[in-house]
Amino acid sequence: MTGLYVQNLSYAYGAKQALRDVTFGVEPGQFCALLGPNGAGKSTLFSLLTRLFTTSQGRIEVAGYDMSRHPRAALARMGVVFQQPTLDLDLTVQRNLSYFAALHGLSGRDAEARISAALERLNMAERAGERARDLNGGHRRRLEIARCLIHDPAVLLLDEPTVGLDAAARRAITDHVHDLSREDGLTVLWATHLTDEISDRDQVVILHQGEVLKDAPCYEVTQGAPLQDVFLSLTGAPA
Amino acid sequence: MKAALTALRAIVIREALRFVRQRSRFVAALVRPLVWLVVFAAGFRAALGLSITPPYQTYITYEIYIVPGLCGMILLFNGMQSSLSLVYDREMGSMRLLLTSPLPRWWLLICRLLASTVISVLQVYTFLIVAALYGIDFPLMGYLYALPALIVGGVMLGALGLALSSTIKQLENFAGVMNFVIFPMFFLSSALYPLWKMAESSVLLRDICAANPFTDAVELIRFALYGAFNAPALGWTVLAGAVFIGLALWGYDPARGMKRQKG
Repeated sequence: MTGLYVQNLSYAYGAKQALRDVTFGVEPGQFCALLGPNGAGKSTLFSLLTRLFTTSQGRIEVAGYDMSRHPRAALARMGVVFQQPTLDLDLTVQRNLSYFAALHGLSGRDAEARISAALERLNMAERAGERARDLNGGHRRRLEIARCLIHDPAVLLLDEPTVGLDAAARRAITDHVHDLSREDGLTVLWATHLTDEISDRDQVVILHQGEVLKDAPCYEVTQGAPLQDVFLSLTGAPA
Repeated sequence: MKAALTALRAIVIREALRFVRQRSRFVAALVRPLVWLVVFAAGFRAALGLSITPPYQTYITYEIYIVPGLCGMILLFNGMQSSLSLVYDREMGSMRLLLTSPLPRWWLLICRLLASTVISVLQVYTFLIVAALYGIDFPLMGYLYALPALIVGGVMLGALGLALSSTIKQLENFAGVMNFVIFPMFFLSSALYPLWKMAESSVLLRDICAANPFTDAVELIRFALYGAFNAPALGWTVLAGAVFIGLALWGYDPARGMKRQKG
């Protein structure tokens, strides 16, 4: 199996339970939206999925690798876009990408070719020599998405990647990542607040107070009603 | 193995580029010890009489005495600076990028440590060149022998910074590090005054200075600059470095480190 599977995952900050028995799976090629109000546990879940934290309660499997037993193999198959920007603003686009490639053990011509391909894919090839600081918010995000594809991951994790972007940039990035799942078969987990980023065919996992309330295709969850309304009635909070 | 070295190279280059870009940091790193050398040492020259103790074979001026201590000071400040930049990286998110690399986490931290040491050592040599132009120089071979001593000292102090950075949750808390780590470490050492001189005023103070690993790093450098080898100083510096590295790895263990830093 090459998707993303989470089984009975729990995590607590001291006495405060942040995740309780979370279970869901995302099949290869599927775009899964992780929806939850603030404090639902999305960030904790992302930290566990990216192994910034570990927990003994529950199991995470990434592209067939168990995160606790084979953390490095699992991380190698994963591309991550964090909520916070993680670019070196004073370095050029090219340098940012080659730094990342090197962290994944890629160098020389192989890295060069992958970097050009990644930039090409996001129509950013002509910006390779620009400093990251000189890019606008939308382009910085695009660069981060290009970066997370350099090592050919099977699973993409994106933590509210469109925060702070204008409508056009948001649409472009959302569409692009949908394409990545549909056309390239990547497994995508996309955490968001914004229900308009989710299409009918997407899988929706609704997280509330550390628990999974729903895990189903979007059309099943909504039954024709607007997702925003369904979400509100389930969680009692705006998305 | 190749992947590990690729990452090391990239991390060193990134730190070097960041350092070069922050020109004010470079100037500050150079001016700080030079002010001590030119102003402070000149004032103390008359007040302090130094007798002949190893590695010196003749009477020396205070300026000559203080240079190895100032080399240590550069390593100390830079170790802390690199700790500051780690805390900054964590707030900015680039720490996440580093820690989600598929390489072992201990190796990634060692890479950061080595990168900061490279920067420190380059700064020390820049300072030594300026000091030589000012008229305070050492035997030519001393500059070569000092290299391994500077690396060992730089790794030890960088590891201290790394260990501290795992406990500092916010950038604002960094001022505390200045007051409670850098100043005591620097002043309670043999950087500015020889230990026997310290003993004349207080034996307790002398003992505290002798127990300070920064003293060992400074003495290691002092001896090396004269082509001499100070085995106990090396031993204590390496031991302290190993302890600090251990603490840093423990602090960054995913099962416990960054745990309280929700987000």
